[in-house]
Amino acid sequence: MRRLTLPADASRRAWLLRAGALVATVGSATSARAAAPAQRIVSIGGALTEMVFAIGAEPSLVGIDTTSLYPEGVRKLPNVGYARALSAEGVLALAPTQVIATEDAGPPAVLRQIGAAGVPVTILSANHRFEGMLERLQRVGELTARVPQATVLAQQLRADWARAQAAVVARAAARTNAQAAPRVLFVLSHSTSQVMVAGAGTSAEAMIEYAGAVNALAGFKGYKPLTPEAVIAARPDLILATEQGLQAAGGTAGLLKLPGLAQTPAGRPQRIVALEATWLLGFGPRLPAALQQLDAAFAAALKA
Amino acid sequence: MFAALLLAALLAAQFGAVGIQWVDWSSAWSPAGADAPVSAGAHVLWNIRLPRVVFALWIGAALGASGALTQALFRNPLADPSLLGVTGGAACAAALTIVAFAGAQATLPMAWRPWVLPVSAFVGALSVCFALDRLARWVTPGSISGLLLTGVALNAVAVSVIGLCTYLATDEQLRSLSFWTLGSLAGAGWPLVAAIAVLVLGAAWRAQRLARVLNALALGEEVAGHIGVSAQHLRAQAIVLVALLCGFAVAWCGTIAFVGLIAPHLARSVVGPDQRKVLPASLVIGALLLLLADTFARTLVVPAEIPVGIFTALIGGPVLLVMLADLARRRGGVG
Repeated sequence: MRRLTLPADASRRAWLLRAGALVATVGSATSARAAAPAQRIVSIGGALTEMVFAIGAEPSLVGIDTTSLYPEGVRKLPNVGYARALSAEGVLALAPTQVIATEDAGPPAVLRQIGAAGVPVTILSANHRFEGMLERLQRVGELTARVPQATVLAQQLRADWARAQAAVVARAAARTNAQAAPRVLFVLSHSTSQVMVAGAGTSAEAMIEYAGAVNALAGFKGYKPLTPEAVIAARPDLILATEQGLQAAGGTAGLLKLPGLAQTPAGRPQRIVALEATWLLGFGPRLPAALQQLDAAFAAALKA
Repeated sequence: MFAALLLAALLAAQFGAVGIQWVDWSSAWSPAGADAPVSAGAHVLWNIRLPRVVFALWIGAALGASGALTQALFRNPLADPSLLGVTGGAACAAALTIVAFAGAQATLPMAWRPWVLPVSAFVGALSVCFALDRLARWVTPGSISGLLLTGVALNAVAVSVIGLCTYLATDEQLRSLSFWTLGSLAGAGWPLVAAIAVLVLGAAWRAQRLARVLNALALGEEVAGHIGVSAQHLRAQAIVLVALLCGFAVAWCGTIAFVGLIAPHLARSVVGPDQRKVLPASLVIGALLLLLADTFARTLVVPAEIPVGIFTALIGGPVLLVMLADLARRRGGVG
């Protein structure tokens, strides 16, 4: 390779030296940041980000993913993109000391590359259970070195949960013997043409069951496209949707125009309950509050 | 042209999410022992970015070469390796692996799991190509246009299988499949780069030997037959090469559109229609095209990343339009 010689032109030389100084400054600033002892956490997963904020570790947070939407402060943070399609360099550019991710994070090769670069990647398994959420909260507390705050929060959440569950049980007991648990159909819609319904093993079903109701659809797992016959045969007493999904489907009127829904016991009196998506299905620290609101919403809708 | 390629590669390696200094480049030659701590920048450069840059070059070359072979075989400037069922077969196998065999994957040891999807996609691409060759021999023997039509039929079957898998997929499986389809060069390590380099060099050498015969084929199947070209034999050899090159690329990176279509066009605009020159030129141009697309894909929305297939289409489409317009203007028609 030819040895690089400085150009003779004085102005060009000056420009090059300035550019070189700029690169050197930026470079040293980057390496200085990485050498600092403070924690730098990249959180991948909406519920995990909420936990980090809830235990007061948000000053250490340097990166979040596309599913981290709550609280408002996350908008200012760099977004590493969709959890399943991470970029190794992108995450490493944030100079993290720890990456906390849900099971969805991928691709696996990228996670290995991040680990090989010396950044520990901790995958916390997801399950749609309150106890699982508490375990994850404890792990987040350990990873962010805020175990006392996590323990205090966990105790508070347990108390809230017990209260919410007591309300659900009381309402169930208050039902007369003839009335069975309400049948709820969860509708997930991204647009007026793409509508899915939730079967077994979904987060929606978990919330429905926590609220003392029953998933109107049985016999299949996951989300499937809506078919009119199946919906009518399911005889739901109530339709549950996310606020975003309801808007995407065109509001209450638009939702009821979907084939089969208007002919159900829920469709005729227009019993639709809609909650914000991350609030309803996030399974983060707001879970007890979400359950309380869901239970109250169900009761109000069924009374109407 | 190779000098331009090397320069482009070095420049591309400099850009990226993590800042790289000169000291990181020189760390490869420094006498520091294995115990010396490697700076973060050096680690990213040598273990993540350079493998990815070199991988992009080789995959681009593979796609360019397979595109050139397909266009030469079908004597059609709009032909694309997907016509031979490669992308369809790979996508079909990938969909089946993600959806139908998701449970079986859990029984494999951890070390093998990352290999399952690429290996099955590669096997799928090869088997569909092989099935195409057999089927075409049986249904339309000795005709290359017959091969094209049989390929269309097989692609339709593959698409319907993919559709069925899409219907049966859970939410996560569906998203994994969508992202696989969009294409990505992430996660390349040096062993993989070495594997594809060997494959591309070997296949390119074989393809170069076919170049004269492909030139003869340009006269038409019947005329070529009269001067001693066996269309059957040529077809079989070309299918094998395209299946290996494109199949490997699609299996590891998902479907990256347009490179196989555009690289030969650009090559022909530069070096003319002689297959002996078009094949090597497609290798280089395909490599450059994919490198450019991948550099944009991983630097535009740092720290996130855009799927590279979007950029190959964004770059390749307008470039092709410009070149076609220029050609039409200069020669009074598209060659």
